[in-house]
Amino acid sequence: MVPVTAYLILAAVLFGVGALGVLISRNLIILFMSVELMLNAANLALIAFARAVNVVDGQVVVFLVLTVAAAEAAVGLSMIVTIVRNRETINVDRLNLLKW
Amino acid sequence: MTTAAPIIDLNLMIPEIFLFLWACLVFTYDLVTKRKSGNAVAWLALAGPVLTGILTVVMFSAGFYGYGKAAGAMFEVDPMAVFFKIIFLGAAFFAIGSSFGLLKNRIVNHRGEFFGLILLSTVGMLFLAASREMISLYVGLELTTIPLFVLAAFFKDDRLSVEAGIKYLIIGALSSALLLYGMSFLYGLGGTTDIWQWKLEVARIAGKGEGVGVILTLSVITILAGLGFKLALPPFHQWAPDVYQGAPTPVAAFLSVGSKAAGLVAFAKLMIGGMVAFWDPVMIPNDWGILTAILAASAMIVGNVVAVRQSNIKRMMAYSSIAQAGYIMVGMVALNDFCLSSVAFYMFAYMFANMGAFAVIALIEDATGSCEISTYAGLSRTSPALAVTMTVFLLSLTGIPPLAGFMAKYYVFAAAIQSAGASPTFGFLYWLVGVGLVTSVVALYYYANIIKQMYFHDRPSTSPITFDAPMVMVLAVALCGVVVFGLFPEPVLQFARQIPPPYELFQH
Repeated sequence: MVPVTAYLILAAVLFGVGALGVLISRNLIILFMSVELMLNAANLALIAFARAVNVVDGQVVVFLVLTVAAAEAAVGLSMIVTIVRNRETINVDRLNLLKW
Repeated sequence: MTTAAPIIDLNLMIPEIFLFLWACLVFTYDLVTKRKSGNAVAWLALAGPVLTGILTVVMFSAGFYGYGKAAGAMFEVDPMAVFFKIIFLGAAFFAIGSSFGLLKNRIVNHRGEFFGLILLSTVGMLFLAASREMISLYVGLELTTIPLFVLAAFFKDDRLSVEAGIKYLIIGALSSALLLYGMSFLYGLGGTTDIWQWKLEVARIAGKGEGVGVILTLSVITILAGLGFKLALPPFHQWAPDVYQGAPTPVAAFLSVGSKAAGLVAFAKLMIGGMVAFWDPVMIPNDWGILTAILAASAMIVGNVVAVRQSNIKRMMAYSSIAQAGYIMVGMVALNDFCLSSVAFYMFAYMFANMGAFAVIALIEDATGSCEISTYAGLSRTSPALAVTMTVFLLSLTGIPPLAGFMAKYYVFAAAIQSAGASPTFGFLYWLVGVGLVTSVVALYYYANIIKQMYFHDRPSTSPITFDAPMVMVLAVALCGVVVFGLFPEPVLQFARQIPPPYELFQH
């Protein structure tokens, strides 16, 4: 049987990839997907722990997180469409009207 | 093994259910009037938080509503929940009341959505305040923030507003991911989603004296980073000024009070409710208290110093709200009998002063179309009453007696000093209070700058600012709140003192 630690390491790696994507990606859509990847890393950790401690609550959390992530994606993607409409770019570096 | 089905006591969710239905009513009303609802939909929305408050009081006195647990202890109405619910409903009231000016030319379509989303976000905050369990906490937090993303980007044709919205969305989603990742570790350690149970496991690990281990350290860091983003504590604060500047002004006001209070509730539940055993001396190296103190100190320093050089008043208020979050966290890390009550009272006083100041900003923006501080020049001559009102709000934010802001700051610092005197572990609170006092002086400088503009500078063009009825109501209520709760804070404080201290939360 695959030990829980393996899943946790995989979750940590996914989380790290997501965080790195948020930090270095300049494309809004990739940035958004990186955040979703971080959420899914958390989901994976939750499922692994649910299996380890034998309480299904963790898996219930995952269902709700998926629902919430879908709502977030709906809002996020529609906002990206709006950005493209009035700025004609999805490059984060060009979203620089607001700064001190 | 059979388990009894959890008792879902819907009585305790009356405010949430009522406000949710009211939000649906607001959406529907705008649709059935074929988007020609005019100001009526705004009045309807304004009635939402007021009626929810009245209904709750009536239900409470009739015995249908009270302290207790529902839905298998996922949901608990306790004094802290009730106190913060009042703050959330008040913030929604002020935000909706100061939005009427936008209806003239900025929001001509989708009025129902604008007000309905404010109410839905408030429903999320109410749920969050009563959650004591990972699932309800996470869902409540998301229900709070997702409508706020849309509200920040509500002016679809305004480049600044859309940019603010997307920035807030990315940061909000990022902070939720960090929080969830941290909470997943605590779930794994505690074996339950009940936040209150986590501290038992944390205490057990601490009791063994083996050190806290990678998992606990990682979860503390990710949760603190997630909450740091929510509360805009430096170094996680970069989004706040951008979002406040770009978002519609009432939404910025709602963000600075409602969303901040929601972050505070989440902080209190996760850190104090879930990890208060961290105050064991064994665990000093990984102590979240020290980390929080560093965040609070950097919030006070960065917020106050950077606010000085802002020329846009909404950006200035954003940095000021970062600094205020720092003061609140001073009370939060005190962790003694007074910590949660002083934090709750600070948030209560801050609500009146900040929502009032933002209402004036919204009024000036509607009249002149500008948020530059130079627009305020000579306001005392064209609209003397407005200038006096703004001055009172700014002085309360600075913490000048006898206004509510002073009492709030006093109680927060007193809680920290008391805690520092009681135990050497809390010695770092002395320098934290020192930082707070020194930066308060800096705060006086930039708040007084606006007062100086209003009273001692000449206005190039002079046209008096016109008020509408809801704005008068908002300003009057905020002004009364700032003055009355500054002179007579005792009733509110007595209510706030019912919030149990951290070590009693332990026994649940």
